[in-house]
Amino acid sequence: MSAFRDGLRGSIPFVFVVSPFGLLFGVVGTEAGLNLLEVMGFSVLVIAGASQFAALQLYAENAPTLIILATALAVNLRLAMYSAALTPHFGAAPMWQRALIAYALVDQNFAGSMSEFERREMTTAQKVAYFAGASTTIMPAWYLATLIGAVAGSAIPPWMALDFALPITFLAMIGPMLRTLPHVAACIVSVAASLFFAFLPYGTGVLVAAALAMVVGAQVELWQKRRAA
Amino acid sequence: MKLWIIIIGLGVGTYLLRLSFLAFAGGRQFPEWALRHLRYTAVAVLPALIAPGVLWPAATGGQPDPARLAAAAATIAVAVWTRNTLWAIGAGAAVLYATLALIG
Repeated sequence: MSAFRDGLRGSIPFVFVVSPFGLLFGVVGTEAGLNLLEVMGFSVLVIAGASQFAALQLYAENAPTLIILATALAVNLRLAMYSAALTPHFGAAPMWQRALIAYALVDQNFAGSMSEFERREMTTAQKVAYFAGASTTIMPAWYLATLIGAVAGSAIPPWMALDFALPITFLAMIGPMLRTLPHVAACIVSVAASLFFAFLPYGTGVLVAAALAMVVGAQVELWQKRRAA
Repeated sequence: MKLWIIIIGLGVGTYLLRLSFLAFAGGRQFPEWALRHLRYTAVAVLPALIAPGVLWPAATGGQPDPARLAAAAATIAVAVWTRNTLWAIGAGAAVLYATLALIG
């Protein structure tokens, strides 16, 4: 029980990170013409802010369903890496617990749990309890913030230029990712290629640019390794 | 209808990504070449999603807009400098409203 409480306590700062994004998704979703059920459907069934924003933007641009799904799922590929990283810790837990952990797995409880598990010895049950505690604050904060944003969204006046809330949010998320040369190279290629391929219909330019940028990031990383060797 | 296909499709797909290794791995790992590409997914997809809209905003009929360009520059500068997403959003919004108020 104390591991659960530790998880609760450790995740409280994340509430202040998650809530503004949930709020913003509720607002932007309502602005894009979604009703309350649709906005909440995203936040309860998907629970992955960046991909929800991506899907919303491409939906507003009338992109085909398959392109929207491919792009939004590409944003979420990192969750498979989290799943792999957590397997040594949760692999011995019962299947129903792992199924629930998978539902709640987001950037914040992943980061919080990994740093806690590396810091001290814990049994599988304690680790599960810690993750459950962390999720008990983060999940309701995400749902509630989305709900508030969706209800308040229609009351937001045009001078607030909400059309630009999404680009600002993405730029603010990209900045901290530019830690290494390969990340910077991938980002530059992503921007240049998306502008060059902007004439392609239905957001397909985004997929082409993203694929090019991933290859460039991986190649620059390899080049760096060879040079260091 | 289309929207619910997207919501449910994205929900199921994302859940399977989260569940993948937790449920089925049995100690297996990604091959190194796959990891090397996966590391750059976020930084490859997110900039491509917004770059055209920053340069040619729909709200101004596709004309480059000084206020929006200034806000984008301020956001990325603060985000790189502080590594703090929320500070960067605040800076971007402040510059956007200030420049919109100044130059209309």
